Formats: sequence, C-alpha cells, structure tokens
Amino acid sequence: MIPLSWYIIFAAVLFCIGLYGALARRNALAILMGIELMLNAANVNIVAFWRYGTFAIRGQVFALIVFAVAAAEAAVGLALIISIYRRRTTIAVDEINMLKW
Amino acid sequence: MTSVQLVFLLTAAITLYAALMVVLSKHLVHAALWLILVLAGIAVLYVLLNAGFLAVVQVAIYIDAIAILIIIVVMLTQRAMGETSMQVNRSWWLAALTSIVLFVGLVALFNQIPFLQSDAPALDVDAEVLLDDLGVSLVDVDQYILPFEVASVLLLAALVGSIMIAWPRGSASEEEHEA
Amino acid sequence: MPFDINDPFVWFGEWFRGLLQGLGLAPGMVTFVQNLLGALALGTIVLVATFFLIWAERKIVARIQDRLGPNRVGPYGIFQTFADAIKLVTKELITPVGADIIPYNLAPLLTVMSVVGVWAVIPLAPRLTGSDINVGVLYVVSISAVGTLGIMLAGMSSNNKYALLGAFRTVAQMLSYAVPMVLALLVPVLLSGSMGMVQITEAQGSIWFVLLAPLAALIFFISSIAEVGRAPFDLLEADSEIVAGFNIEYSGLRFGMFFVAEFLHAFTISALTATLFLGGWQGPGANDYPLLGLLYFFIKTAVVYFVVIWIRGTFPRIRIDQMNSVNWKFFTPLALAGLVVTAVAEKLVTEYSLNRILVHLGSSALLFVIVFTILGSYARARRRELKGLAIRGSEVSAVESQA
Repeated sequence: MIPLSWYIIFAAVLFCIGLYGALARRNALAILMGIELMLNAANVNIVAFWRYGTFAIRGQVFALIVFAVAAAEAAVGLALIISIYRRRTTIAVDEINMLKW
Repeated sequence: MTSVQLVFLLTAAITLYAALMVVLSKHLVHAALWLILVLAGIAVLYVLLNAGFLAVVQVAIYIDAIAILIIIVVMLTQRAMGETSMQVNRSWWLAALTSIVLFVGLVALFNQIPFLQSDAPALDVDAEVLLDDLGVSLVDVDQYILPFEVASVLLLAALVGSIMIAWPRGSASEEEHEA
Repeated sequence: MPFDINDPFVWFGEWFRGLLQGLGLAPGMVTFVQNLLGALALGTIVLVATFFLIWAERKIVARIQDRLGPNRVGPYGIFQTFADAIKLVTKELITPVGADIIPYNLAPLLTVMSVVGVWAVIPLAPRLTGSDINVGVLYVVSISAVGTLGIMLAGMSSNNKYALLGAFRTVAQMLSYAVPMVLALLVPVLLSGSMGMVQITEAQGSIWFVLLAPLAALIFFISSIAEVGRAPFDLLEADSEIVAGFNIEYSGLRFGMFFVAEFLHAFTISALTATLFLGGWQGPGANDYPLLGLLYFFIKTAVVYFVVIWIRGTFPRIRIDQMNSVNWKFFTPLALAGLVVTAVAEKLVTEYSLNRILVHLGSSALLFVIVFTILGSYARARRRELKGLAIRGSEVSAVESQA
C-alpha cells in the first residue's frame, strides 16, 4: 500500500520548508510559523514510525508530549513577541539587536 | 494506484504547497491561513496512519488554539511590518541552500535503509483498544506517567510565564500572578 | 427482506444497497455512494430544519414579550422564514473595498461547516449514527472551535473597526467559555468510561447523567450558550454597542449563512446536552423500537431548545468584564472541582446501584453547598462595603447641604 519512505520523505520536505522559513524571514511571527512546521514534520515522522514498527504505545505517547511542548513553546513565544512589540514597536528580528538602548 | 495512495498523494501535495505558501507569503494573515491548511492536512495524514485520536488532538490543539493565537498576535502587531518592507533577510539564499542540502542529504540517507521501503504491518488491534492502551500508559506507574507529569508542569510554567511576560508594563508586574 | 420494525434503519440500508447493486456498481463503490448520500441527507435535513427552528424561536420570544410574532405568511406564520430566505438570496452580495477577499469569503463557509459537522457524531437512534468514532466528544470540541476561527476571520477581513472589535470580543468569549465547557464535558466521559457518543448514550440506560452530575450539566449548558453567542451572552452582536459586530459587512446569502449557523448551533448544543446528560434516545421501549428512540431524542432536544429560547427572552445582556470574571472566577474553578469530585466519587462506587446515585448526588450537593456559602459570604462583604460607601456618601451630601 503506502511504503514508509513516502511518509518520511514528506516529513523531510516539510521540515526543510520550515527550516527555510525559520532561517530566512525577518518577521518574528513568520519565524514562529516556520518552527511550527518543523515540529509538525517531526511529529508526522514519529507517528509514521509508530505505525510501521511494532505498535509499541510509546510512539503515540511521544507524539502527545511533542504536542504539549509545541503548545507551551508557541504560547511563550507569542507572549515574548507581544512584549517586544510593546517596547520597540517592531518585530523584525534584525532590528532587535541591542540588549539595552 | 489504490485509493488510499491517491488520498495520500493528494493530501501531501496540498500540504506541501500550503507550507511553501506559508514561508513565501508576503502578507502575514495569508501565511497564517496557509498554516491552518497545513495543520489540517497533517491531521488527515494522522487518520491515514490509524492514529485517529492524534488527528483530533491535532485539530483541537494546533488549529483551535495555536493558529488562533498566531492570528490574534498578527492582528495586534500588524502595524509593524507592511507588505512593502523586506520579508526576507540578507542571507536568504544561504537559508535556501541549507534547506536543499539538508533535504538531499536526508533522502540519500533514507535510500540506504532497507526497512524504509517496507509496507505497513497488519492492524491487529482495535482502535478502542489502542485508545485504552494510550490512556493506561499515561498514568501507569511502570509506563509513561513521568513524562506526562513533566509535560503538565511544563504547561503550567508556560502559562504562568507567558502571563508574566505579556503583562502590561507599569501595572504591577510584581503583583501575585494568577495560575 | 420484509420491513423489520426492530431495525428499520438497517433494513433501509440493506434495501438501498440491494438497489444500488442491482444497478451494477461494485461493492466498494456502493458503500462509498451510500456514505455520501447519508452525509448529504443529514446535512440537508439539518439545514432545512433550521427554517422551522427560526420560526419557533420568533413565536416563542414574541409570546414572552407579550406580542404575536409572525402570523401573516402561511398558517401561524410558518412560512415566514422561507420568505426571509428568499429575500436574503435575492440581495446583492456587496464586498467592501479593502476587504481581504479570501478570508472574507471563507468565513461564512467555515462557520456553517463547523456546526453541521457536529451532527455527524450525534447518535439519533439506537443504531443510527452518522459516524461512530470512539473520540466523539473530543471531535465535537475541536470542530466547534473551527467556528470561532470563522467568526474571527469574518471580523478581521472586513476592513471595519466595529467588525474588528466584534471579532476580538468573540474570540475572547468563545475561547474563555470553551474551558469550562470541556471540563464539564469530561464528566460524562468519566461516568461512562468512553469518549464515544454512542457509548455515552448507551451507558445512560439505567440512569441519566443529569441525575448523577447536575452541576456538570448546568455548567455545560451555560457554557454552551456562551459559546454560541446567544443572549444573555450575545455581546458579540450587540446591536446597541457595536452595530452587529463581526457580520456588519456581510449582505445577502453570506449573512444568511451566519444567521443559519447561529440558530443551528443553538439547536446543536441542545442536541448535545440531550445526548450527554439527558440520555439521548434512551426511553421506555427505545431499544426494541428504534423509531421510538428517534422520537425521544427529538422531544428532549426540543425541550432543551425551548429552555435556551426562554433564557434568551428573559435575561438582559451581560457586559464583557462581567462575562470574563464570571467565567474565570466562578465557572472554571467550579468545573475543575466538579471533575475532581466526580472522579473520586466514581472510584468509590462503580456499579449501578442506589449507592452510586447517592454518592454522586451527595458529593455534588456538598460542592454546591460549599460554593454557595463562599459566594454568600462574598456577596455579604460586598453589600456591607457598598452600604458603608452609601452611608459615607449621604454624610458628605448632608454636610454639603448644611454648608
């Protein structure tokens, strides 16, 4: 039916697209979106290996913990972005380059 | 080409196109909407992988919480960067090169592992049993209760931390925070 | 195969399958066509039923307000909604200048889709469910929040200050009230041991869950009303405050879709409350005669819908700060406490017996008494404080009038 390699290659492409988004964009929110893409790609990878392996339940547990970590990281990241926007009125990451002004 | 393969190819194509639009889009609200399409596509892939619970959790956590949060923050900070200023930094070509090199390297690596060409093993347990196993494994002392509890402490820390960070400046950030 | 009164839906499915196979389709294709037609039928019935729901609401609210309601178009005004629908369909679709085209057009679709999608998992009769998934409750939660997304997109893409204000209020209210709703939803899951709606309905054969966990039922009901955005929580479209909120810039059929989505959502949460807490299709004789089960389901849903309309006609609108404080300071801690208390009570007594009912009811009553003692003392302290302010105020005005 569907060989495992299809899922792995899909996850690899998604990860590389997210990597480009995280490295090349100037807007902090766009970088956060790239990070979410990378997390989702890793999650697809984990669940694919769980399905094509021996059905040990730890694959799904791993994926659930990744969900929780992604939610926590998105919340803190967005709070940071709002805080930076309040002080500097900019969220372009190459303009936030001084520790104190 | 069986119907399942067709569904997979269609979903994967839509998801990858949407992911490309996320990183290439100039307008941030459009990028957030494409991100929602990516997350929905990944939920469909979870259903194809017989992980129905994870699919519903994906929709509930990512689309209903994280994507809405991202859209709200985009709306709050929209004055910062309009569509005319540069969306990519000076070394974007290096980032593209890195992504392509990484992808080629990964594909070359995968072709050397014969296990990856295998098909899915038969599904011999019921979905209900899988869900029961998952639930039991998260609270069983011999299994994965420790990562479960650590994840809840992490979420609590993130909750408290993000409230403290985003508290409006000048109005008593030393006040007692509400957990 | 003769008509089987004990299993009419399965009989119908087999007859239809025979019909399709007689036309010469492959078995896989027959299943696909059956599922497709079933989904189409469910969605269409649900959307057409909205016409009569809107008529019922207008008549009942009118009677509560001591007037007649629509009574011109058809006997008792029953075709009024058809006339309104024809009017909406023939109106011009105006797109405001500067509106973001794709979210603007997508928002009504998302809102309607999220509401109709919930009907796929509701068990209508003993062997009649759209889709018997074993995570039905979680599915309902996630699909409802897609509606929140739709409303937010509508407000944001309209290029209008009032629409944006409406969108932010919407997101604040809907996301806030999703928390106690989900916590209260977990109580039937605990009591029946499964997240599937069919299993929850079947577990209520001996006793309805509203008798075991009345607090959770009440919290779920009130939070759902807030999720839908009905009065008294209808500050999302407060006509006197923000000029209709997020759907200002929508005209014609797009507005019609928001309208339909709101009324259908109210009916959907009535159906959910009936399924999760009132026993769904359970009733005397429903197991043997599934058509009776369908009747019981509709009666229960209609009763809950009547209560929703009754509440709409009775209470004034609440302010946004009152809404926030009552949610985070009252409902969420109460729902959490109720969940913990139910879990402990369920562990003490598991099999069906009088003890189980008494233990659950007793723990609920204890929680009720504790909460209302705390509320009472808080209210008394506030009243004393306000009376102190009033006395001081009258002293000041007495001094001023003397001077």
